[in-house]
Amino acid sequence: MRKSPPERSGTVARFEVNFTRYLDANGKVVSTPLPRWANDPEVLLPLYRTMVQTRTFDTTALNLQRTGRLGTYASSLGQEAIGTAIASSMWTEDVLVPSYREFSAQLWRGVTMTELFLLWGGDERGSDYQGPREDFPVSIPVGSHACHATGVAYAFKMRRQKRVAVCCLGDGATSKGDFYESLNAAGAWHLPVIFVVSNNQWAISVPVEKQTAAQTLAQKAIAAGVTNEQVDGNDVIALRTVAERAIDEARFGEGPRLIEALTYRLSDHTTADDASRYRDESEVELQRANDPINRLKTYLIKSRMWSDQDDQKLNQECKQKVEEAVKQYLATPKQPSQAMFDYLYEELPVSLQHQLDAALISEDHG
Amino acid sequence: MAEITLVEAVNQALAREMSDNKNVLVLGEDVGIDGGVFRATAGLLDKFGDERVLDTPLSETLIGGVSIGMAAQGLIPVAEIQFMGFACSTIDQILNHAARIRNRTRGRLTCPMVLRAPFGGGIRAPEHHSESTEALFAHIPGLRVVIPSSPERAYGLLLASIRNPDPVVFLEPKRIYRLVKQEVPDNGEALPLDVCFIIRPGNDVTIVTWGAMTHDSLVAADKLAEQGISAEVIDVATLKPLDIETISVSVEKTGRCVIVHEAPLSGGWGAEISARLAEHNLFNLLAPIKRVTGYDTVMPLFRLEDQYMPSTDRIVGAVNEVLKFE
Ligand SMILES: Cc1ncc(C[n+]2csc(CCOP(=O)(O)OP(=O)(O)O)c2C)c(N)n1
Ligand SMILES: [Mg+2]
Repeated sequence: MRKSPPERSGTVARFEVNFTRYLDANGKVVSTPLPRWANDPEVLLPLYRTMVQTRTFDTTALNLQRTGRLGTYASSLGQEAIGTAIASSMWTEDVLVPSYREFSAQLWRGVTMTELFLLWGGDERGSDYQGPREDFPVSIPVGSHACHATGVAYAFKMRRQKRVAVCCLGDGATSKGDFYESLNAAGAWHLPVIFVVSNNQWAISVPVEKQTAAQTLAQKAIAAGVTNEQVDGNDVIALRTVAERAIDEARFGEGPRLIEALTYRLSDHTTADDASRYRDESEVELQRANDPINRLKTYLIKSRMWSDQDDQKLNQECKQKVEEAVKQYLATPKQPSQAMFDYLYEELPVSLQHQLDAALISEDHG
Repeated sequence: MAEITLVEAVNQALAREMSDNKNVLVLGEDVGIDGGVFRATAGLLDKFGDERVLDTPLSETLIGGVSIGMAAQGLIPVAEIQFMGFACSTIDQILNHAARIRNRTRGRLTCPMVLRAPFGGGIRAPEHHSESTEALFAHIPGLRVVIPSSPERAYGLLLASIRNPDPVVFLEPKRIYRLVKQEVPDNGEALPLDVCFIIRPGNDVTIVTWGAMTHDSLVAADKLAEQGISAEVIDVATLKPLDIETISVSVEKTGRCVIVHEAPLSGGWGAEISARLAEHNLFNLLAPIKRVTGYDTVMPLFRLEDQYMPSTDRIVGAVNEVLKFE
C-alpha cells in the first residue's frame, strides 16, 4: 500500500478534463453521434416542459417579490437545463441535495411550486416536500451540504442500496473546505454521490477568475482521485448524456463524480442584488444568445418534434399552473407562533414550556 | 463485577448500542484499529467491522456534516472529534444544519446523531487540547449538550444520547477519564436526559457544576463538612435543555449557590444558570450567587493550567464567602 518514491525523475501522473457538447447556441448539432433518445420526443419534450415551467415560475416569483409578496429570491434564469437534466437522470428513490438555485431539478422531482413559494415566502412548510420525502431542503450556507450528500451516499452504500445522492453546488462553493472535504471522503470511500457544479461564472459579484486560479472547476476532483468532467450547461442533451452516465455508473459501484456544467447567471444574484454595480450589461447581452431554452426549442422545431403553436400552448399551460400555485400560496395562512416550538425537538423539553406559554400569550395580545 | 473507568463506560455503551441496533455506527479520526486516541472505541472494529467503525479522513467539517446525511437517512452516527478544540470547524454543521433540519423541514428529516468530544484541562496537553467551550454549543437551539461525570453516568447518558431522536453533543471530561472506577452493569439501561443529578445532598449551600469539576466540588464538599458546612452538589449533566427546576428547588432550600466550571467566566454556562436563579430565586437567596470559573483568559499552556483551573480551595473559599451573608 505505502508507496516508495520512483527510481528516476520525470512525470508520474497525467490528468485530463473532458468537455461534452452536442448542440451549439443555435441548436445545431456539433457533435455526433447523438444519443439515441435525442430523436425521441417522449424523452425530450418532458425536459423542455420542465425548463419552460421553471422559467415561468421564475418570472412569477420575481413579480411576487417586486410586489412585496415574496422574500428575497434567487432567480435561475438561464440555468434551467442543468437541474432538469440531472433530475431526469435520477431515479425516484435517489436523493437530491440541492443548492438554492436548482428549481428545475426540484420541480422535476415533484417539489411543488406552492412549496417553493412558501419557502421563499418565509414559511418552513415549504421544505416539507410532499413529493420527494427524502430529498434535502435547499442549503443556504453555500457548500455545506456537500457533506450531507456524502453521508447520504454512505448510508446507501452501507445498506447495499442501488441509490445515488446528487448534490448541486455553485462555482463559489468549490472554494470551500466542506466541498473539498466531501470530494475527498467520497473518493476515499468510493461512494455513489455526484457533485454537480453549476458554474454560472459569478458568485454574487466575484467572477470565477477571482475565485480560483484553476483552469476548470472540474479538475478540483482530480486531487481527490474523483472522476471529473465538464459539460455545456446550456445544452440539455449533453447534460443529460453526461448525468445519466455518471449517475448510472455511481449506482453500480463506479464511485463518485464531479460534473462542472458551464452556464451563465443571466439575472442578478438575488432580488437583493444589483449586478450592474459589478458587471457589464454587454457581457450579459452576449450570453443571452446561449439561452438553454431557445437552444432546445430550435433543435426541437428543426427536428419536427415541436412547433410555435405547441410552444404557445405550453407557455399558456405553464402560466396557468403557476397562477394556481400562487393562489394556493397566498391563501395559505401563516403558521401560529406555536410552530416555532413544534419541530425544535421531537418532544418539547419541559424547560421550554414556559417560553412557549409566553409566545402564545404575546400572540394573543399581538 | 469488575469496576470500570469513565472512558471504559463510554466504550461499553458504544458496544452495547451497536450490538442492539444495527443502524448505529461510529466514525472519526483513528477510531478504528487504533480504538481512538483515548481508547474510547477500542475493540469496536473487531466486533462490528469497518463499515460501522469508520476511520474518516482528517476532516472535522466532514465528520459533522457527513453524520447529518447519514442521520437523515435513518442511521445513527456517533461521531468522535478527537479533541473539543478541533470541533470549531464543524460548529457550522452542528449549528446551521444538525440542530435545525427537523425544524427546517417540519419534521420530515431528522438528525439523530451524537457528536462526542473529550474536553477540559488538566492533562498537560498541547495548546487547543484543554478547552471547555460547552457554552458555545449550549447556546444553540435544537441541540442537546450532555456531559457525564462518572462511569455510571457516562454509560447511562451515552445510551440515552444515542437513543435520543435529536442531535446531542456529548462532551467527555478527559481529566477524569480514568480517575475513578465504578461497577457499571452492562444492562442497557439509560439514564434520563434533561435532568440534573443531586450527587451529594446538603442544606447550607448548593454547588452547581458539571464534568471534571464535579470531583473537585465533591472534594470541596468533604472539606466543608469538616468545617461543619453541609453542601449540596448538583451535577447538571444535561446543560441544554437546562433543568433549572432541580437547581432552583435546591437553592430555595439552601439560599446560597456557588457555580463551578472550567470555562471562562463571561458568557459561560454558569452565567445562564445564575440569570435563571435570579429570576426564580431572588427572594429566597440569602447571598449573591458566586461563580468559580476559569478566567477570561486564553487557556494557558500546562505549566500554568493549575493556576487557571478552579481548585478545591477556590471552591471552599467561594462557599465561605457566600456563607458570610446572614
Ligand atoms: C457559507 C456562505 N458564505 C456566504 C454566503 C452568502 N452568499 C450567498 S450566495 C453567495 C455566492 C454563491 O455563489 P455560487 O456558489 O457560485 O452560487 P450561485 O449563487 O452563483 O448560484 C454568497 C457569497 C452563504 N450563503 N454561505
Ligand atoms: Mg455562481
